[in-house]
Amino acid sequence: MIDFERVFKAYPKGVFALRDVTFHVMRGQFVFLTGHSGAGKSTVLRMIYAGDLPTEGEVRVSGRTTASLRPRDIPKLRRRLGIVFQDFRLLADRTAEENVAFALEVTGARRDLIGPKVARVLAQVGLAAKARALPHELSGGEQQRVAIARALVNDPFVLLADEPTGNLDERATRGVVQLLREINANGTAVLMATHDLDIVRQANFRTIELEAGAIVYDSGVDDAAGEAPTA
Amino acid sequence: MRLALREAIRSFGRTPVLSLLSVTTIAFALFVVGLVMLVGINVRAAIEQVGERVEVVMYLRRGTPLEAATVAMEDILAFPEVADAGYVSEEEALRRARAELEEFQDVFDDLAQNPLPASIEVRLLPAFRDAVHVEEVAQRLRGFRFTEDVRYGRDWIAKLDRLRSIAAAVSFLISAAFVAASIIIIGTTIRLTVLQRSREIAIMRFVGATSGFIRLPFLLEGAFKGAMGGVLALGMSYGAFLVVNRLVLEGRFFAPAEALGFVLAGMLLGLVASAASVGRHLQEV
Repeated sequence: MIDFERVFKAYPKGVFALRDVTFHVMRGQFVFLTGHSGAGKSTVLRMIYAGDLPTEGEVRVSGRTTASLRPRDIPKLRRRLGIVFQDFRLLADRTAEENVAFALEVTGARRDLIGPKVARVLAQVGLAAKARALPHELSGGEQQRVAIARALVNDPFVLLADEPTGNLDERATRGVVQLLREINANGTAVLMATHDLDIVRQANFRTIELEAGAIVYDSGVDDAAGEAPTA
Repeated sequence: MRLALREAIRSFGRTPVLSLLSVTTIAFALFVVGLVMLVGINVRAAIEQVGERVEVVMYLRRGTPLEAATVAMEDILAFPEVADAGYVSEEEALRRARAELEEFQDVFDDLAQNPLPASIEVRLLPAFRDAVHVEEVAQRLRGFRFTEDVRYGRDWIAKLDRLRSIAAAVSFLISAAFVAASIIIIGTTIRLTVLQRSREIAIMRFVGATSGFIRLPFLLEGAFKGAMGGVLALGMSYGAFLVVNRLVLEGRFFAPAEALGFVLAGMLLGLVASAASVGRHLQEV
């Protein structure tokens, strides 16, 4: 489903963001990408949503090489992915439901389908009661849940989460990780970049560790397939 | 399209100060262009007024029968360059001379015989009031067998031609310079709006919005601001025109079609500036 084959990413002045990275993520897997800041976690995620292209090697998403995508194909790819960031990236002047609906509107979804779908995902992330709240009226954890709802609304086959708990307190972190596990249990693959090793230890999912752009550890265990979320 | 329109209106309302600022900037940029164009239109109108006086006079040999002159006039009126032709008899020529040259009344009274010849005065259509066409018409008039002489202000028409060319070139250069300056000003103003919404554009990008989808609200907003700026600039130009008209000299304002063209040009400028700014930004994010 997601394949990295000997991927290198070099920037000018000989700085390497990724060095010879090879790994494969299967449908429905939950994978942690760990490593210090600057290890290359975000670059890996960016390569998946074609925000960046390899200098060498190949990244395939659903069988398609990202380097061969035409500019107009990139939005189509991103509609099949869910992307969540550390800083939530919500539109500040729109309510929770408008933020979620926006991801459907840009795809040209039928208007009569948008409302029910938005309500369903907001309920899924536990925010049905706060659908009309603006981002600044929500806590950090709640804002991240809105961002996750937005990522889910197009029924992605994989959710890419870049340090989704980086701005959250411990309790909110637990809630968000639990939510990601539930999403994964419903069949959506999750690729989560985090430097929080406590989260990684508690979950016991496949873990890929990066250091200076290279994979230094890959547990290679497909623990998530079929695993029920723990409460 | 409906969604794009909603987004454009939302964006306009979300940052009212910036939006008003950009409309005002566009209005002032177009106001300067409008003034330059008004000056150009009025200078051209003044030159055309002078051009009204371009006339070729064909003097007839003494004794040319009126019938022959009438037939000649019909031929002359059929020339494509000719707007009008009028016969001036010998008596009429003398009457005019008496009226125009009052100080020579005594000389006229002493005349035993009218020395002035009959003539045909030929006025040309506006498009042919230049030295080349006037000379062509004069040549043809000389071809009539009863033509005594053909006169027109050769030097004067050449000067008028030069004046026309200079006015056209200066008007074009100044207008082009001001239009270029307004494109830059409008482009910068719209770019501010785009930068102000760069975060939103980035969000649109990663939820899978196409470039066209992202671009459309900006284009609508740019066109709307351009049109608003155009209307405001037109209003300011009219105000300036009224003041000049009252205090300095009488001129003419834009005709309705020109005014509409001015607003449409503002709209187009807004649209193009938006397209360029968003396009550049989309390449960056």
